[in-house]
Order: sequence, then structure tokens, then C-alpha cells
Amino acid sequence: MTDRTTTPGAADSENLPRKAEGRISHGDVRELRGPLLVMGDVAGVGWDEFASVDVAGRERHGLVLEVDHDLVTLQVLEGTDGMAPGNIRVRFAGQPLRIPVGPGWLGRVCNGRGEPLDGGPPVTGDTTLPVSGWPLNPVHREPPQEPVLTGISVIDALTTLVRGQKLPIFSVPGLPHLALATQIAAQATSGGTAFRVVFAAMGLTHADIAYVRDRLEERSAAGELVLLLNAADDPVIERILTPRIALTVAEHLAYTEGHDVLVIMSDMTSYAEAVREVSAARREIPARRGYPGYLYSDLASLYERCGRVRGQNGSVTIVPVLTMPAGDITHPVPDLTGYITEGQIVLSAEVAARGIYPPVDALSSLSRLMRSGAGAGRTREDHLDVAAQVLAALARARQAAELAELVGAGALSETDRSYIAYRGQVESGLLNQGHDELRSLDDTLGRAWSALATLPRQELTMLSTEFLDRYLPEGSEAS
Amino acid sequence: MATLGEPQAGTVVRVSGPLMEVDGVEGVAMLEILAVGPQRISAETVAIAGNRATLQAYEYTGGVKAGDAAVATGNQLTGLLGPGLLGQVFDGLMRPLSSAPLWLTPGRSTSEEDPGILARKWTFVPSAAVGEQVSPGDVLGTVPGAGSVEHRVLVPPGISGELAWLASESQVRALDPVARIGSREVSLAERWPVRSARPFRDRPAGAVPLHTGQRVLDLMYPLARGAAAAVPGGFGTGKTMLLQQIAKWSDADVIVYVGCGERGNEMADVLDGLSQLVDERTGGKLIDRTVIIANTSNMPMMAREASIYTGICVAEYYRDMGYDVVVIADSTSRWAEALREFANRNGDLPAEDGYPANLASALAAFYERAGRVTTLGGRTASVTVIGAVSPPGGDMTEPVTTDTQRFVRCLWLLDRDLAYSRHYPAVSWTGSFTRDEEAVGRWHTANGDPGWAKRRARAASLLAEADRLGDLADIIGANSLPGHERMVLLGGRLLRDGVLMQNALSANDGFCSAEKGAALLDLVLDVVDTCQKLVEDGVPATSIEQADHGPVLRAREETGPRDAAAVSSRRAEIVRGLEALR
Ligand SMILES: Nc1ncnc2c1ncn2[C@@H]1O[C@H](COP(=O)(O)OP(=O)(O)OP(=O)(O)O)[C@@H](O)[C@H]1O
Ligand SMILES: [Mg+2]
Repeated sequence: MTDRTTTPGAADSENLPRKAEGRISHGDVRELRGPLLVMGDVAGVGWDEFASVDVAGRERHGLVLEVDHDLVTLQVLEGTDGMAPGNIRVRFAGQPLRIPVGPGWLGRVCNGRGEPLDGGPPVTGDTTLPVSGWPLNPVHREPPQEPVLTGISVIDALTTLVRGQKLPIFSVPGLPHLALATQIAAQATSGGTAFRVVFAAMGLTHADIAYVRDRLEERSAAGELVLLLNAADDPVIERILTPRIALTVAEHLAYTEGHDVLVIMSDMTSYAEAVREVSAARREIPARRGYPGYLYSDLASLYERCGRVRGQNGSVTIVPVLTMPAGDITHPVPDLTGYITEGQIVLSAEVAARGIYPPVDALSSLSRLMRSGAGAGRTREDHLDVAAQVLAALARARQAAELAELVGAGALSETDRSYIAYRGQVESGLLNQGHDELRSLDDTLGRAWSALATLPRQELTMLSTEFLDRYLPEGSEAS
Repeated sequence: MATLGEPQAGTVVRVSGPLMEVDGVEGVAMLEILAVGPQRISAETVAIAGNRATLQAYEYTGGVKAGDAAVATGNQLTGLLGPGLLGQVFDGLMRPLSSAPLWLTPGRSTSEEDPGILARKWTFVPSAAVGEQVSPGDVLGTVPGAGSVEHRVLVPPGISGELAWLASESQVRALDPVARIGSREVSLAERWPVRSARPFRDRPAGAVPLHTGQRVLDLMYPLARGAAAAVPGGFGTGKTMLLQQIAKWSDADVIVYVGCGERGNEMADVLDGLSQLVDERTGGKLIDRTVIIANTSNMPMMAREASIYTGICVAEYYRDMGYDVVVIADSTSRWAEALREFANRNGDLPAEDGYPANLASALAAFYERAGRVTTLGGRTASVTVIGAVSPPGGDMTEPVTTDTQRFVRCLWLLDRDLAYSRHYPAVSWTGSFTRDEEAVGRWHTANGDPGWAKRRARAASLLAEADRLGDLADIIGANSLPGHERMVLLGGRLLRDGVLMQNALSANDGFCSAEKGAALLDLVLDVVDTCQKLVEDGVPATSIEQADHGPVLRAREETGPRDAAAVSSRRAEIVRGLEALR
């Protein structure tokens, strides 16, 4: 039922021109407002159609947002700067935007619209697909359950990533989220094989882009990386397209070519701001903080493109990266993201200030699919219980530390003091790690056990006697 | 420009996402479905002005043009109700997903036209007698092999008279006639407009609890059959897990699980999980008592709006057969957002946070379809509704949360701090409520557990007292409190970790029988009493605190899900161990 030929609307790129050459051009400009262009006297144009906009001989691109009698409202991806009603010609493509897909994307560096930045020819492929994709029938989904090993202890031990999951990184400006995201991209394997990586940059500074390119140099040279780069000074509205191109390329690599694909999208906050800008120009009624009410569904139309399909090999795993404005997790972008993704990895300035990399706040972080991707038969029999115990003890340690600040460490009970020592051990032994350091799972779990060994044994109520006897290091406080 | 010519065809003049305006449709009625454009995508009429209709599209409208034809169908959004629903997955418009392709492109048929469903043959076993006077709700016959409850074919609402003809035991398809009443034919399956509530006789007094298998609910915030409950909580606080547990373990006859604007992986997970779990009462699989309506967040938004009505309509259909049905809606906030999205595009004046002014009445109308009723056929049956609420930013003062609270009998509020410290289910004991506690208490008294209400009251006051002292201890340190207060703190911890916490993933702990729940709570209360006596008698609080309380905390994990006796037998031993501290 789900063989390789089922990709929807797959068609010959020959027959389906991506651009709109040869079609009627329209010049009746009625309005220019923000990123919007309203054309009059247009017939036969469909909603969500793609268009090419000729501005005094230079090409821009647009998507149809509304059709009203003979008026058509377009959002111009490159923005409307410098456009004047007299020198605009619009040609409609007759269909929503499609891009060519295939292995030709691997090893390429393109801008946020998929045009080459690496001096090579335009990317071609045997088929084209609509960039907005189609919803995957949930009945055909295979619940994700194979662990992805990143070699990063805090993730592998406490928030295990699973093949086909969507697991975002919530950060604040200034923290090393790109270091973490690129480390995942460079090191991640599932079942021993590496991923094809599609990296969509939205609104990143040139310095950040250079850093990402440098960190992923090897993957790029090996022809396993696709880079789509929209820089901070590139057109804002183009960012709405960038993740859709990335995901369309990824879906094809996964479900048609059979690869495991990892899609990293950074920074989703810049993406959402572009969505907000269009919404504001359309004078839509905002929900919270100026963001449109459909932001949830819009983000879901991206994040839900991850997954596994029954009877097929490939997978799409998505790691969106976003910076929380003012570190506020209730801001609409992290909040709505959290409502869609399967957990979150939260970076904290406070942890970073204690000199720990990656500065993950383990208690606020969670991988919801870990329960099916870790444990006996997946990673190691003790994994889930150890993770639960490490976190429960960290929660208790945090309380003890807060109390110590109020009443002084001297007034703490002996047990509470052991929790404070435990936290130090977790942070230095387990969580802290080098930017290029790759740890095996056994190493990581061993470090977790060593930290637990600083606690009295009767505190380890979440671990069975069997596991305690088997894994708890000899000669520890706890034994 | 327009391709007119077909009868009753109008012309599209405006398209903005799911909103379309159509000119020239005479005689179209509110809620009528139109087929629009070459793909014939379905759209529902939501406003009419002159001969212009406003439609909400149930599919992606990409490519729909001004000038496209819009053809009236004469129908409202209907569900085809018959055998073959249990164990299946449908989308929000009740089109089967089980037989749909990998990618959901527009232009799929509606359920009435689904060839697979219409062609399938069922065995009809007659049970009424020809010549009898029959009225709505009377059983005409049954259909074996259609799920884990007996499928009863009833006289539909609005039809009564002499049973002139009844099919003999035979193979019939959904739309084949099985009976004639007076001059009206009754087919095996019936069509029903999903937005209209199915009629019943009355609502009898009295409350019967629904046993959910989740201790914190059954012991502290019980839900009566036919009541409505809401589960508000920020992301990741455990709404879906709790609802899935109820879908698996509650003692309802039929479950309708509506995934309304949530994750595809979760739907696959529900399907997978229920297909593997054995239904202890029937020996079949749990999926055979379940209907799944899946309209995930990336599927068309307006079908999401329809999906909860589709779900409740299916539930009412089984209720009318005499069953206790639970409808689970995850998440009602996504449904409300779909309402808002459409209202905004339609230019309606927004009330709070952009929601339309009729939000509260729409929520009330939905939750009012819950109820324990006497059916038209005289059976007692119920539809219980449990809805997740996803407040933006975890803000419990936002409109959907506050409006919902007014219309439900139970509120199971999930607390972010509890969830982050991995206390699951994170049901808050300060913000949750049930309005049926007295009625449920009376039921327990009449059904062999007269201690239920008293036990609940003790647990509630222990939690409140432990919270108060915990705040104090955070300031002055627990060691500065007097011994009996330290025992309250200890008792609070044992109650929270040993009784209220429940690991959904554990074979022993995921489900808990009423008796085991009561035994666990009795165990903790006994331990607290013992500890209090010990400090009174001069045993130092520290040595009681540092004793090994593992046997209390591990009792829920180490005893079988129905093994109340094993819990009780631990009690004596644990109390003896404590007495040894003297
Ligand atoms: N009873 C439980 N037992 C064990 N783990 C739980 C339990 N409840 C929740 N969890 C954990 O919390 C995670 C999040 O729960 P869940 O998916 O139910 O959240 P949610 O409230 O539905 O979030 P969202 O609004 O984003 O859908 C689960 O993946 C699981 O790891
Ligand atoms: Mg959920």
C-alpha cells in the first residue's frame, strides 16, 4: 500500500514548470502594503498559487493569500521594498509552489528559497513536489521507537531522542544552542548509521551561519548535508518558505530514497515573526502578543512532517531550535511549539553560568517518546529507571539547595546534604561535556550510576534491588 | 468565466484559506454541504445573505478559483451509523482513514459514498416479531461480530407503527433494508446529521461513578457516568497520557477517542496500544470497543471543528443501544481555535483573545450532550465527556479554560510543577474539583464501601495540612517543626508518592482497581496514625523519618493491579516495623 510510488502529486519536472514563463502577465497593481501586493483584473487564479513577480526586470516571488472576485492578494517573499505600481508584472504559475526533489540536494548550499549559493547550477530532480506537503494519514504512521544516539550524555541518558520524533531546543540568545544542534547533527546515529541532515537557517547572523558551516564541514563534504540559509539581512518573508523547502526535500529523501533524515530548523522565533508580519499587514485579529490565532496550526504543518511510515525504511526527525524572547517559556513561540512537539530540551542561563556545557535544564526537559525508545531491547534494561531516579533526585536536590540558601547548609539534614553533593556530581560527571566529545551509551549510563552512588541506598526508591545490585558501583556511599 | 449550467450550482467569488464565498446559490440551507471546484471538496454553509453563502471548507482550498462551481448537495454533514465503527479510525468528517492512502490529498469521498463500507456484508439476526407495534429505540435485531459489545439495530427516532416486515437471518449491507415499519423502510445503518443531538426519553436522578482506574481520580475527584470532565494543563503536563489511560482502563462499554488537532504519532500510538491490550471483560482487544476519530493538527482545520460533533454523534448512537460510552476529546482548545480562526476570517467581532462571542455557548452546547439518560427504548445508558484543555502559556484565566469550568462536573487540573518534578498524574489537589462527591459517596455506601467519603476527607485534609506545613518548613527548616507536624509532612509525602502518583507505564501500577486504591490509602493513613502515636510516646521524629518507607512507597508497584489483599497484608508488617522503633 505504501510503496515508493505513492508520493503525492509526484510529476515530471519537465511538464510542471516551476517558474511561470509563458503565462499571461498581469500589471494592474491595486495596492502595496507591507509584504502584500494586491492585483486587480485577474481571473482564473487559485488560492495558494505561486507567482513570479517581475520588478523592473528583476524577479521576485509571491504566494496567493486571498482571491476576491477579480482581486488577488499576494505575499511577496522578497518583500515589496522598492516596488512601484508602474513597473510590476505578475505571472501566476497555475498551481501552488513545487520544487524539484531528490538526492541532487545533498552536499548543496542554497539560500532560503532554495537557489544555489555555492556557485553550482540550480538543483534539479526527477520529480517535483508541492512545498506545503500533504498530511500523513495517521493510520500509516509507525509509532517511533528506535533510539537515536547523539553521544551527548544529558540527551542520551535523560531525554533520549527517537527516530521520527520532533524534539525542539528552547534557548535564549547567547547560549550555545547552535553548538548543541550542530553537535547533534554531526554525531547522531541510529542503529549505527548516520543521518542525512537538512539544516534550515532562518534569520541567523552571518557569524552564526559561518559557525554552522564550519561545524558541519565534514558532513557537507561527505555529501550528507543540505544547507538552506536565510540570513538575518535576507528577506524576512522568505523565511516562511525555507522550512517548507527543507521538509519537502527531507520527506522525499526519507520516504522515497529510504534515508534517515534529521531536519534542524533555527531559529523558529524568526520564522514566527515573519508569519506575524504578514498577518499584521493583512490586519488580522491577533491572538496573543500580536501573533495570529493560526500560529499553532501553521507550526504544526511544519513539525508534523516528522515521522516513520509503516513498511518503509526512512524517517524524518526534526530538531527545531528557538530562542525564547526574554527567556519566557510562556511566549507564544515556545508555548505553541511545546504543544506540538514531543517534548523539549530547555537550555538555561543559570546552568551555563555554572560552566556546564550543554547547559540543559534537565528538570524542564523531557523526551516524550523516550519511554518507547529506551530501556530493555532498545538501549539498556536499566535506562528508564536510572533516568527517572536521576531526575527525581535532582528535583529533591534542587529543593535542598533552595533550603540551604535560606537556612544555611549547616541546618540541613544529612540526607539533604548528600543530595547537594549528588547534584554536583551529576553536573560535573554526567552533564558537562566537550563540544566535540562523543560518549558511548554505556559510558553515559555509568556516569549516571556513579552520581547516584553519592546518595544513601535507601533513597534510591525508583530502582529495583536487582538493578542496584547489578549496576551500583562498589564501595560507594550507597552500598 | 463561470462554468455554470449544472442545476443548483453557484459560483465562487472569494477564497481566503478555509473561508469561501459563493454567489448565486438559491435555496441553500444553513449547514448544507456544497461540493466546490473540480475536486468537489466539501464545504459547509455557515452564513447566508441574499443569494450569497459563506462556506467553511473541510479541505485544503489550494487551487480553488473565483469562478469555480459550487454545487449544493442537499445534505448536512452526516455520519453513517452502523456496524463497522468499532475498531476503526475515521477523520473528522467520518471518512475511514484505515482504507485511505498514505498522503491525505483533498477530494476523498464522504462516508456515505465510501465503497468499502457500503459493500461490506454483515449478518443480521432478527429479534423482533412481525405484526408488533414498535416505536423508536426498540430492538429489531442484532449484528454479531461488530466489535466487543452486542450491536443492536434499533427502530430509528421518528419512526413507529406496526412492524410489517423484518428480514430473516441474512447477509446485508449497510444500506440494505432490514425492516419495514408501516410504510417506512429501515436499513441496517442509519444516517444522522452529526451536529444534532440524538433524542432520548429523560435524565434519571442519581449518580453512578465511572471507575477510571486512576487512583487520584477515583479516590479524590470521581466522575459520574454521564457527567462531563475537563482536563486543563500546559504542554507536557500529562493530559494525553491521562486520557489514554482512561481510554484503556475505565469501565465504560464503548470509548470514542477524538484526536482533535493533536499529534499524528499519538494517534498511531493509541491505535497500536489499544490493538495490543486485552479487554479483560470480553477477552477481545480493547480496540474492539473503541472508535477513533483522528483529525490531527496538520489536517484541515475546519474538519477539526466538525470532529468533536462526529465523535459525540457516534457516542450517542451506542448510548441508544444501551451502553455506557465515554467520549475523549483531545484537545477542545484546538476545536475552539478552529472556531476562532473561521470567525476572524469572516470578520466577526472578536471578544476575548480573538475568540468569537459565542464561545461560551458553543462549549456549553457541546458539554450538554453528555448525560446519563433513559433511552427512547427504555434502557439506562450514558455519554460521559472528558475534554482536554490546552491553555496558552499555561494561563488558567484564558477564555476556553474559564468558560469550560462553568459547564463541567469535574475539573482535573494538571499542575506544571508536579509534572516537572515527575509527579504523574499531575492532578493538582488545590485546583481540581468534582461536583458529584456526595452522590458518589452515597453510591459507594450503598455498594459495599461505606468508608469511601471519610477516607477521601482524611486524605484531602492531610494533603492540605502537609502543603501548609511544607511552606512553613521551606522558611524555617523542617527540623524546627514539632514532631507531630513533622509526621504530617511525612504522611503527606507517603500519600503523594505512594497513592496519588501512578506510573502509567507500569504493568502493575498503570491500572488500579477500586479495592486496591482504597487499600493503599488505608495503608498510608494507618502508617500516619502509627507514626503520630510513636512521636507522642517520645520516639524521635528523625528516627521515624529516616526509617525505610520503601515498602509503603513500593506497594503500588509490587502488588498486582487488583490485588487489594496483598496491600492489606503488607500493612501489619509495616506497622510492626515502625513499632520496633520504640
Ligand atoms: N501517568 C504518567 N505516567 C508516566 N509518565 C507520564 C504520565 N503522565 C505524563 N507522563 C509523561 O509526561 C509526558 C507528557 O505527557 P502528555 O503527552 O500526556 O502531555 P500533554 O499534557 O498531553 O501535553 P500537550 O498539551 O503538549 O499534548 C509523557 O510523554 C510522559 O513522559
Ligand atoms: Mg497531549
